[in-house]
Amino acid sequence: MKLFAKTAFAAALLGSASFAGSIAPSDVQFGESGEIQASLTGVAGDAANGRKLFMNRKKGNCLACHVNTEMSEQTFHGEVGPELDGVADRYETEALRGILVNSKMMFEGTIMPAFYKDAGYNRTLKKFIGKTILEAQEVEDVLAYLSTLKE
Amino acid sequence: MKLIKIILAMAGLVATPIVTIAGEDSQLTINEEPFVTSVAAPAHLENVDTIYSGWTFRTDETQALQMDDFDNPAFVFIDQAIDTFNAVDGSAGKACVSCHESPEVFKGLRASMPRVNGSGELETIPELVNNCRTERMGAEKWKWSGGKMAGMIGLIGLQSRGMTVDVAINGPATSMWEKGKELYYQRVGQLDMSCSNCHEDNYGNMIRADHLSQGQINGFPTYRLKNAKLNTIHGRFKGCMKNIRATPFKEGSDEFKALELYVASRSNGLMIETPSVRN
Repeated sequence: MKLFAKTAFAAALLGSASFAGSIAPSDVQFGESGEIQASLTGVAGDAANGRKLFMNRKKGNCLACHVNTEMSEQTFHGEVGPELDGVADRYETEALRGILVNSKMMFEGTIMPAFYKDAGYNRTLKKFIGKTILEAQEVEDVLAYLSTLKE
Repeated sequence: MKLIKIILAMAGLVATPIVTIAGEDSQLTINEEPFVTSVAAPAHLENVDTIYSGWTFRTDETQALQMDDFDNPAFVFIDQAIDTFNAVDGSAGKACVSCHESPEVFKGLRASMPRVNGSGELETIPELVNNCRTERMGAEKWKWSGGKMAGMIGLIGLQSRGMTVDVAINGPATSMWEKGKELYYQRVGQLDMSCSNCHEDNYGNMIRADHLSQGQINGFPTYRLKNAKLNTIHGRFKGCMKNIRATPFKEGSDEFKALELYVASRSNGLMIETPSVRN
């Protein structure tokens, strides 16, 4: 048990070390059309975790607004945004990363929240002040999952 | 069920989505009296042609609950409010009924509220109730969204059921109406959304399991299946703001009163449905 705890602690340290290497929200470099070339963390995304974040109501909750047939076991799919079937055929990875981080850089006036932006909001609820909706690695994980959505 | 389709021009990720409103041909009757649940939008609305009661967007089961007062769960609270109306409270030894012969004397009030009073202040029904309690009855104020208040404003609102919403937006109301409009279109919270993002640009669409309505308030206070109680307008505004991770304004604040005036004016032409049933 003790050994397990130590291992978990070490893993947590490693985890935070990889976050420490991630690009801060304010340092993200967008291209001319709102795309982002560089990975936010340099660590390959985990598509399986990305899939969980996609449906998690407290995390990505992407399903709230987007139909996604790959997830048809989930009962309710939103209709606010475009369907995401085959989204990886329509957008380059860099464009998808830009849309996840802050879609307003590509689509002015969109309703879609920016998932990796921690400032510039109005009247943010206290517990979310200075926070992003997703962590850097979580963005990369969702991106890895979206990249699997091909038709 | 016949479906009507409305093409909306929307900014953002979706160029021209097709919005489908179910239940358009469902006719709301309450105790067999017909109600208007869709009508041409008031002239001041720039981006919407037709306004729809929130009833339009609910499931058949939820819709049915509002069609007969014996089925409508809100009437438990209306009945309690009738008792409260007749009960003496406070140091002056008065009940509501001591000055107001019966709840029916308030017929018409709900359809024109909120309004600017003689002193140039925007006033709402909960404030009128609390003024009576503190000034005339010598009783304690009720909480804005407490059970007693929600029941009483439900009872008062019920007297105007079936009347057409006709909230004044000109003259002394203009500046507060403008302020409310500004709040309606202002993005707030970590999700960075305005009222209009959902209730003007996306009504008729599903947001996960929720069918987005136009956010009309002509049925408030409304019985929500979600929390099994009467919900006030400002209580609902607060819930919406928390959903988008924004710090809500206070119930009864100038901001929420202005927003109430503006949102109420968006339902000018619909009928008062108080107490409505929603999910």
